[in-house]
Amino acid sequence: MSQTDVCLDGSAGLRGEREATPGSAGRRLERLPVPRADVESYYGRPVLNEPTWQAPDIAGYLFLGGLAGASSTLAAAAELTGRPRLARACKAGAVCALGGSLYALIHDLGRPERFVNMLRVFKVTSPMSVGTWILSGYGPQAGVAAATGLTGMFPGLGRAATIGAGLAGPALATYTAALICDTAVPVWHEGHREMPFLFAGSAAAAAGGLGMLAAPVSEAGPARRAALLGAAVECVAAARMERRLGPLAEPLKRSRLLRAGEALSLVGAVAGLIAGRRAGRGRLMAMAAGAALLAGSACTRFGIFRAGVESANDPKYTVQPQRRRLAKAKAERDLR
Amino acid sequence: MAFDLDEKLADGRVGFFTDTSICIGCKACEVACKEWNAVPDDGMTFTGMSYDNTAGLGADTWRHVAFVEQRQPLGHQEPGVGDMDFRWLMASDVCKHCTHAACLDVCPTGSLFRTEYGTVVVQEDVCNGCGYCVPACPFGVIGRRETTGVAAKCTMCYDRLGAGEEPACAKTCPTDSIQFGDLDELRERAERRLEQLRAAGAGSARLYGHDPDDGVGGTGAFFLLLDEPEVYGLPPDPVVTTRDLPSMWRHVGVAALALLAGVAASAWRRQS
Amino acid sequence: MDLTWPLLRQLTGEDRTGRGQAVKSAATEGVRARTAGADRVVKSICPYCAVGCGQDVYVRDERVVQIEGDPDSPISRGRLCPKGAATLQLTTGSGRQRQALHRPSGAADWQPIDLATAMDMVADRIIATRRETWEQERDGRRAARTMGIASLGGATLDNEENYLIKKLLTSLGVVQIENQARVCHSSTVVGLGTSFGRGGATTFMQDLQHSDCVVIQGSNFAEAHPVGFQWVMEAKARGAVVIHVDPRFTRTSALADLHVPIRAGSDVAFLGAIINHVLENDLYFHEYVVNYTNAATILNEDYRDAEDGDGVFSGFDAAGHTYDDESWQYEGMRAEPAAGDRDSDYQRRSGRVPPGRTEITGSAGIPMDGTPRRDETLRDPRCVMQILRRHFARYTPEMVEQVCGVPRRLFEEVCRHLTENSGPDKTSEFVYAVGWTQHSDGSQFVRAASILQLLLGNIGRPGGGIQALRGHASIQGSSDIPTLFNLLPGYIPMPHAHEHERMRDFLQADAPHGGFWANMPAYLVSLLKVWWGDAAQPDNDFRFDHLPRLTGSHSTYDTVMSQLAGECKGYILLGENPAVGSANARMQRLGMAKLDWLVVRDLNLIESATWWKDGPEIETGELATADIGTEVFFLPAATHTEKSGSFTNTNRWLQWHHQAVEPAGDARSDLWFMYHLGRIIREKLAGSQDQKDAPVLELTWDYPVEGATAEPSAEAVLAEINGWDAQGRPLSGYAELADDGSTACGCWIYCGVYAGGVNQAARRKPWTEQSWIAAEWAWAWPANRRILYNRASARPDGSPWSERKQLVWWDEPAQRWTGHDVPDVEVGKSPAYRPPPDARGVAALSGIDPFIMQADGKGWLFAPAGVVDGPLPTHYEPQDSPVANPLYGHQRNPARKLYPHEDNRYHPSGDDPGASVFPYVVTTYRLTEHFTAGGMSRFTPYLSELQPEMFCEVSPGLAAERGLVHGDWATIITARNAIEARVMVTDRMPSLRLDGRVLHQIGLPFHFGPNGLARGDAANELASISLDPNSHIQEVKALSADIRPGRRPRGPALRELVRSYQRRAGIGEHTGTEA
Ligand SMILES: Nc1nc2c(c(=O)[nH]1)N[C@H]1C(S)=C(S)[C@@H](COP(=O)(O)OP(=O)(O)OC[C@H]3O[C@@H](n4cnc5c(=O)[nH]c(N)nc54)[C@H](O)[C@@H]3O)O[C@H]1N2
Ligand SMILES: Nc1nc2c(c(=O)[nH]1)N[C@H]1C(S)=C(S)[C@@H](COP(=O)(O)OP(=O)(O)OC[C@H]3O[C@@H](n4cnc5c(=O)[nH]c(N)nc54)[C@H](O)[C@@H]3O)O[C@H]1N2
Ligand code: SF4
Ligand code: SF4
Ligand code: SF4
Ligand code: SF4
Ligand code: SF4
Ligand SMILES: [Mo]
Repeated sequence: MSQTDVCLDGSAGLRGEREATPGSAGRRLERLPVPRADVESYYGRPVLNEPTWQAPDIAGYLFLGGLAGASSTLAAAAELTGRPRLARACKAGAVCALGGSLYALIHDLGRPERFVNMLRVFKVTSPMSVGTWILSGYGPQAGVAAATGLTGMFPGLGRAATIGAGLAGPALATYTAALICDTAVPVWHEGHREMPFLFAGSAAAAAGGLGMLAAPVSEAGPARRAALLGAAVECVAAARMERRLGPLAEPLKRSRLLRAGEALSLVGAVAGLIAGRRAGRGRLMAMAAGAALLAGSACTRFGIFRAGVESANDPKYTVQPQRRRLAKAKAERDLR
Repeated sequence: MAFDLDEKLADGRVGFFTDTSICIGCKACEVACKEWNAVPDDGMTFTGMSYDNTAGLGADTWRHVAFVEQRQPLGHQEPGVGDMDFRWLMASDVCKHCTHAACLDVCPTGSLFRTEYGTVVVQEDVCNGCGYCVPACPFGVIGRRETTGVAAKCTMCYDRLGAGEEPACAKTCPTDSIQFGDLDELRERAERRLEQLRAAGAGSARLYGHDPDDGVGGTGAFFLLLDEPEVYGLPPDPVVTTRDLPSMWRHVGVAALALLAGVAASAWRRQS
Repeated sequence: MDLTWPLLRQLTGEDRTGRGQAVKSAATEGVRARTAGADRVVKSICPYCAVGCGQDVYVRDERVVQIEGDPDSPISRGRLCPKGAATLQLTTGSGRQRQALHRPSGAADWQPIDLATAMDMVADRIIATRRETWEQERDGRRAARTMGIASLGGATLDNEENYLIKKLLTSLGVVQIENQARVCHSSTVVGLGTSFGRGGATTFMQDLQHSDCVVIQGSNFAEAHPVGFQWVMEAKARGAVVIHVDPRFTRTSALADLHVPIRAGSDVAFLGAIINHVLENDLYFHEYVVNYTNAATILNEDYRDAEDGDGVFSGFDAAGHTYDDESWQYEGMRAEPAAGDRDSDYQRRSGRVPPGRTEITGSAGIPMDGTPRRDETLRDPRCVMQILRRHFARYTPEMVEQVCGVPRRLFEEVCRHLTENSGPDKTSEFVYAVGWTQHSDGSQFVRAASILQLLLGNIGRPGGGIQALRGHASIQGSSDIPTLFNLLPGYIPMPHAHEHERMRDFLQADAPHGGFWANMPAYLVSLLKVWWGDAAQPDNDFRFDHLPRLTGSHSTYDTVMSQLAGECKGYILLGENPAVGSANARMQRLGMAKLDWLVVRDLNLIESATWWKDGPEIETGELATADIGTEVFFLPAATHTEKSGSFTNTNRWLQWHHQAVEPAGDARSDLWFMYHLGRIIREKLAGSQDQKDAPVLELTWDYPVEGATAEPSAEAVLAEINGWDAQGRPLSGYAELADDGSTACGCWIYCGVYAGGVNQAARRKPWTEQSWIAAEWAWAWPANRRILYNRASARPDGSPWSERKQLVWWDEPAQRWTGHDVPDVEVGKSPAYRPPPDARGVAALSGIDPFIMQADGKGWLFAPAGVVDGPLPTHYEPQDSPVANPLYGHQRNPARKLYPHEDNRYHPSGDDPGASVFPYVVTTYRLTEHFTAGGMSRFTPYLSELQPEMFCEVSPGLAAERGLVHGDWATIITARNAIEARVMVTDRMPSLRLDGRVLHQIGLPFHFGPNGLARGDAANELASISLDPNSHIQEVKALSADIRPGRRPRGPALRELVRSYQRRAGIGEHTGTEA
């Protein structure tokens, strides 16, 4: 913050060297202007810092969280509609997925022992904070629902927990979309309108898959229908996202994981339906369909995750959309 | 405005005006920052990126000086380099201490917080290393340090401000390229400086981050650049991600309800 | 401590969204700046470069916790460059070595050693080697010395430490005492000293702000003196033009208005052409030139210019490659070289001036007798002005294109800016550093700028002058209190064997009645008196014979040759790293491998300490550790925070740094080392009747010690340097010195630094509280004067040249000189004063003479004596050059100094056969991020990461020509060695067009070496030992080389590669050695 006040006569004359203007006294030779190379980045380096999130942890968390949430909802629906084995399977699946997702989440922390610091605050501005509170609401209920379901103890409490978890489940399954979209990662952020649906669909498909895998064909009707619905929503949401994102959709379009996810989900859902028609003999096929659905959902989440990271690592996905935005704003200003 | 929950920034907000037109690329700011904050070295790699071997901001580099060699003119400067125009731009980058700071918004622990000086600071003892702030920052500033597992970035020398001292990087800068002070006053000074430079023929000069109406509500650390922001590795039109968070929550809500409804519908008929 | 749950605070308080005060942790609440919690703040000075930035050292619990800029410093105003900013890591980092180490002869590794034992062993080695190699006489003349021991280093040390080194080693008969000043700026002392009278920068950095045009040439100001560069920016803010003339587009160029790419080594042609332009177009400052320079002085008729001798002046002895300056004299009088009648006769007979002798001009000019004849119309064909015109007539813009590769239009722009910004109302300043000094005619580069600045009337005036940017924190000090072989403190010459049998003869020779050296007897006697105390008496010549004698050049490069020859057996490195920093680094190591013992005192385990186990020659198989007999001691040095003392910065300012903490482990100051070494040696020799032991036994050596480590008091040493009178009262200025033994003074030019018993160098009045001269900050020699020759800032009649440029002026009513600075003229000497014919000394100068150190009071456009390779700068090609000299038949400086040796082969040059094997020009330089040979930066992580690896800078054209790939490796080869470097292809390294030919240059930073964190081959492997004959500085700024893609070979194949190049180029013993 220094300024100089030293002058020839030793008196004050406030002029700092911050006013120096290099080149101001020169006289350039006339040269042909060099056409500007298209510079969009600094030595091709990303503008954004790469997420520290590890794919197995966080993409795994997206998948497992979705699975848990939708499974709880399916469990509640099953229980309320008299499908105890489907309900039990889904509760068990939900609690396992929950455990896995918690593990993944905590494992990804730089300081896992400080996990509880998530509970210091509640921040609506932070999907992770909101998610933590959702998890803290949902988790115990899912746990109680599963425990009572498996042991048969405290049926009243169990039912309440099952309903509670079932209601909270969709929140858990979809908030993760906000979690990743609320970043500067271009594909994630720009996809924020479709992402919740994509995630909801994917979660439903996974839960459906789980139901098909773990429950007898006879009880798995809702699972099959949920899977079909989910897979359809997932595909439609993905397609819409890709269309709306324009050039930014490249990483999504390039993603083999996403294509595989969609294919597995659709094939799984359709195969599930067919298996359902074939009653008793469809069990093996239903299990295969369920596995395909689970795998499909996982592929989708990993695909989304990877595409996002890819878009963060290539500066053009950061710079170009912003440039387009600026150009558009300028055009609009100019029109007015 | 981030989200619809306005953050109240106290008066007397301080900031940086980094005037890259007088930066000599000495990197004293990088070193002074490391000395003061005991930031570890960031690895010994020769990058070939002109004189820049620290490459970018991150957990272990809180000030970063970019070096850009261009076949472009700089004002009336005569570079004398063969038959072409040439200029060597240098610019010291730092956390922007955004008015609407995504890192701060998304931090689930309250580790990141807005200080009484209007700056954004990580509380090392609180951070659990969730890493959320890292992809949230539209400038690629904050990083998670491998060795400690917690997020790290410029604190605008929070501790020094408390003692009435200016930040280490600004204090050391030999040419005063980094100017620290009251943000409003810096903004005025920057406007004057811009006019001065333009009058001197540096038509490519522009301010970056000074505008309170930009996507992050203006930055606490803003810059005078001599070229497009992306040339220095800066995003041309950064937007705080949480600006869209209300919309995200709405979509999440609808999707959640849809999921609930869909599952319910799937199980509509009772098992016979 | 606040235990409430943040969530509760969030819900109950103001901060509902949880982004502010609600989430603050208790630890955050408790955050305090560690500076605020410091127990004390100690004032210090940056230990790196010669800018001399102020530092505040924060100490807590007896540990340094922070070091940052001192906002009070008028030089730095609180700022520090990356090195200064890394000082905390330098001083407290883990890289530092704190254990004394010993490597017995032939051992494979270090062993820790007890410090006291090590000191004892070192003392024994010194005593033994001294005894073994004692030379009472050489060639029948009394020498009283040892050539078996040498020391190197001092520029990083305090003045007080240099003083003790010089004092102790001289008393032991060691003459090979050298430091970085030799390899850094020795040619500055010659160039500026002969031109103006004193060998230091003529001005100070802050005054740059008053300049209207700053020409930075041969210096990379922004990179090598970054904090000083703020004053260029300040000038720029006030509208100055900034010009950078440099082979490369650097960080300095990036901030300049005009960058002029120039072929390395061609600056004399460039400056000569500006001189020609100024003369041809009558653009010189007429009144200034006539009155203040020797333009009007008439020369001897025997004088023949280089223009008439195809590049050789009259008086050349082709056999000895030396000049006799007899024919260069003024008419009717002799300008004595720095030796009296008898010695001059002796020299003339033997045809040579004692090497290094010219450097005595560091403080005072060449003594002269008589009155020169002048023609103030400047028309006499033999007057200096006319000689100058003729000499530079062929230095035309076309020649500049052809020699320097600078397009005519750029050259003309420089001329325009420079001349438009010089005159009564404007001043221009030149800034240079080692881009000029390190050439085989480096002194002449400096001379050329001096001539130009005199013609433009820019010396001694605000915003004018020549700013020589020196290197290390105290390199100026280590020249003033010289750890240099040819000088005694204050630029008193060391006596030569036989030449001066008695002090009277010596004084007669070197201190004639006219001129400023008239008082030399007082300075010398006071020095002898302070060294030998009561033993020094008038009847024993004040122990003049205790001084060992010189017999030629004993510069650091001569020492290497003498090590290789087995003559020099013991070597003490006191903070210098020749294995990386000196030319022909391989030869430096080979020399050390022949030693009996080596003592290295440093902060880190530098290459010069470890070459015997991991040096490049071990890798190539030339040396095997087990066969190396050299016994090595490593003694860790204390840093500037761990000791008190003074540094002299580039502008002659002595700045005191106070000890902040005690050094840890075995680390000790060099003051401690020298003092205790002397004490131990004296104890061991006590009672000796041996005549050769008398000088050391009679030496005054009783400094008070303090603290647990028995650290000698630096302030006591400073007091001795300042000197005292017969009553022991501190002297207040050198005018008080007497030649009768009643005064004692360790360095006459520093006399006054302890005036009134007060450490003037420790003065720290903030710059905000005084004028820009900052007279009450620290202390500058001479006499606290900041701008030298400032009498020239006034017209001959004593009034300022202009309102804008006033500095000192004659106050007629008060009959005295006054102004902002201390006038550089006797304050009461009226402008009207004219000396009577028999006047002597300073009284012989008239009231208009501003160059009071020169015997004629004039700035020397033409140097009738003092410069051994010619009275006027003449363009010669570097020793190894791919370009033929277009101006003269003599390709190279005919008087340059060469050291032909099988490990020091020279290249064919110009059009010679084989020259095309080395078609490119290599230049070496610094990076902001590193410091010199790397001892203070390559072991420091924060600096190393910024430039982690050796690289070479090449143009896109050269890259295409040789298939070099950005980021890959390249091998650079000369007849000495080959190195590898990462390739940086950049437009900043422009290819030049000269005479229709494209010439590529290769840029090499010289900081790297195999040790530390940032590593690479040292550029100095490539350089030859070829020296400027005046100053013995090496040519490392311009040499020819070849480059090819890929890494260099390993093992014996490396030498084979070098030999194959030698064969291809037809290099032999005599290649490149012709006159
Ligand atoms: N960061 C840093 N600062 C330092 C040092 C350091 O090592 N690192 N060292 C200190 C020391 S010891 C010294 S002596 C000074 C030296 O300070 P400088 O002299 O400024 O340092 P260099 O980089 O060696 O050389 C200066 C410039 O000379 C140019 N040059 C080379 N040959 C020629 C030539 O023939 N003509 C012209 N016109 N230019 C030429 C080079 O391209 C380079 O840009 O710096 C001091 N300051
Ligand atoms: N090719 C090429 N070669 C060059 C140059 C060039 O431009 N090009 N420049 C030349 C110049 S200008 C110079 S000055 C030289 C410099 O070359 P050197 O002087 O050999 O290099 P430095 O690394 O400065 O060595 C100084 C050493 O002193 C140590 N030191 C620091 N403080 C202390 C202390 O208090 N006590 C002791 N005992 N040691 C201390 C440091 O750790 C360091 O190792 O290199 C010269 N060589
Ligand atoms: S300290 Fe200042 S001049 Fe140096 S690189 Fe940083 S901003 Fe630029
Ligand atoms: S620049 Fe990034 S890290 Fe800094 S305040 Fe803004 S969002 Fe946070
Ligand atoms: S890594 Fe730390 S600072 Fe960043 S969001 Fe997570 S808790 Fe907050
Ligand atoms: S303000 Fe402090 S923490 Fe931020 S970059 Fe500067 S020195 Fe580093
Ligand atoms: S190295 Fe030189 S310029 Fe840098 S801080 Fe130290 S004294 Fe100042
Ligand atoms: Mo130097």
